[in-house]
Amino acid sequence: MTFEGALSIALPELILSIGALALLALGAFLGNKSTRLIASGAGLVLVVAAAAAVLGPRGAAFHGGFVQDAAAVYSKVVIYLISAVGILLGEPWLKRVKNSRFEYPVLILLAALGMGMMASAGDLISSYIGVELQSLALYVMAAFQRDDSKASEAGLKYFILGALSSGILLYGASLIYGFAGSTRFVDISAAVHAGAGTGVIFGVVFLMCGIAFKASAAPFHMWTPDVYEGAPTPVVAFMTAAPKMAALVLFARVLENGFPGAVKQWSQVLIAIAIISMVWGAFAGLAQKNLKRLWAYSSIANVGYALVGLSTGTQEGVQSMLVFMTLYLIDVTGFFACLTALSRDGRPMEKFEDMAGLMKERPGIALCMTAFALSGLGLPPFSGFWGKVYVFKAAADANLGWLAALGLLSSVVAAFYYLRLIKTMWFDPPAGRTDAAPMDARGVAFAAAAFSFPVVLPALALLDPLSRAAASAFGLN
Amino acid sequence: MEAIAFYVLAVVSVVAALMVVVSRNPVHSVLFLILTFFTAAGLFVLLGAEFLAMLVVVVYVGAVAVLFLFVVMMLDVDFASLREGFVRYLPIGGIAALVLAVEMILVSTAVAERGAASHVHAVVATGLSNTETIGWVLYTNYAYYFEAAGMVLLVAMIGAIVLTLRHKPGIKRQNIAAQTARTPATGMAIIKGVKIGEGIAE
Repeated sequence: MTFEGALSIALPELILSIGALALLALGAFLGNKSTRLIASGAGLVLVVAAAAAVLGPRGAAFHGGFVQDAAAVYSKVVIYLISAVGILLGEPWLKRVKNSRFEYPVLILLAALGMGMMASAGDLISSYIGVELQSLALYVMAAFQRDDSKASEAGLKYFILGALSSGILLYGASLIYGFAGSTRFVDISAAVHAGAGTGVIFGVVFLMCGIAFKASAAPFHMWTPDVYEGAPTPVVAFMTAAPKMAALVLFARVLENGFPGAVKQWSQVLIAIAIISMVWGAFAGLAQKNLKRLWAYSSIANVGYALVGLSTGTQEGVQSMLVFMTLYLIDVTGFFACLTALSRDGRPMEKFEDMAGLMKERPGIALCMTAFALSGLGLPPFSGFWGKVYVFKAAADANLGWLAALGLLSSVVAAFYYLRLIKTMWFDPPAGRTDAAPMDARGVAFAAAAFSFPVVLPALALLDPLSRAAASAFGLN
Repeated sequence: MEAIAFYVLAVVSVVAALMVVVSRNPVHSVLFLILTFFTAAGLFVLLGAEFLAMLVVVVYVGAVAVLFLFVVMMLDVDFASLREGFVRYLPIGGIAALVLAVEMILVSTAVAERGAASHVHAVVATGLSNTETIGWVLYTNYAYYFEAAGMVLLVAMIGAIVLTLRHKPGIKRQNIAAQTARTPATGMAIIKGVKIGEGIAE
């Protein structure tokens, strides 16, 4: 393939990187006054990149290091659009706390670039570089409020544990390279076609531990509650959404493209991770008083559900993961948009007792949060229910009915904390007046809530064929 | 001869690595770390990877270890108190080390039995030095990774600036244009008729 052909396949990434560089240079000259301009530019770049992904040519480029297939396109569109929402939430918030810096949208662009690389990784090297690009940008964003000791702690904790997990991931990758003789997934799958030996299995397990850390699946979730609690709320909204999608798609890429011959070996590891995530996410969430920590545990449990889909190793399983994650991302972004919108006397409201009687004080936002809680609970007809239907059906079809039952049980346990939030908002006496909610965060919250109930039904009719086409790109049965 | 060189380098490397952990003086630890890197570079030369050996010396000895040395000397870290937990953490650390050792032995036996990568295809023609080989592929086959790694470094740079750079108000900066544009008319004030013993007002 010619170099031009390769570049045209990687057009979305090219747009993102050139856009990020240009906006960075512009910001360096214009200073922090231009943040609004840079942020709108970055949002535009993300939308254009998503359009380029849909319209651009497909295929493998750079000697198989970059794969642009239906799965990559599907996940990139989701990732880029959700990242644009991250800018929409983050930039006005930073302006309100008087920390408006033009680097914030640029960092989101670069993180989105890393996530795009992860979604179309065809090689161990490109997956690693994508993971690293994405996480480095996130470490900086977690500590963006550098004068806040909690945010600095969150950034440092995230960085140190993230570096450790990258080390584990690299160790696994080097073992795989040593035993399979190639870093390219196509060649690896040919080498381990007849079944993986001990060395390769070691490598795969290490690699999976590294990616599970990035997706914050238990037992590699230790950083999640602390980082979510300390990091600025709009950053958390970004961190819970797009990076998880990218990590799960990377899981699918590595395992389905690289090790289709070793499904038996890796699926049991994935099942174990999924069970621990679902159960721990449900039980540990019961004891939380801070909503950001609570939603961290909820996200751990939700990654567990998505992994249930992946662990089946079937096309239906991959499709269920894609649908589940898409619906979950919108829910979780909406929830954190609500938290961004709420403050009392200029202080963010993050605790359960702050939410008391919110229904009387701010009925719009309280209704949105009720919708997200019910959706997280998996109550029909909210979007969370449909995601779980896909995942559990895929598990049941792959003779993993017991796993689906376990997931159902853990979501019954988790129902307690979702319902407690609703009870606090609706029936407890009001805790006092709240500040006026800013337009941007409220708009995102209302849009996400509208998606989570009525819009999800027509949207599913659209998502279903798209995600099926995406999942079929893995060539499974 | 090669076997002797290997054993000398290997023993020195392991002993130096051990000394990094056990020596009391942190500066000594860093110096032993440098020794470890050097012997590792020697091992790479024995393997025929002379470019990698040079990289280890330049990057790890030249940059990383010297940076460590600066950090150790400049930061006032109380290493004695850090060391206090050593005995307390020994059991759990020992278990982790044991697990790692067992894993490595398992992997090495697997290598010994079946050989690692059995069918490695050389990317370019043999007969080139490995510096040349890397040069051949780095900007062609691996151009994508090379550029992407550049983006990672860019993020690291942005991050360092975002998190540490502070513009303090009230700092007097040099303005060369203003300095050179000074004329006697703007730079001087001539005051006439100053009386002796009274001085002038500001």
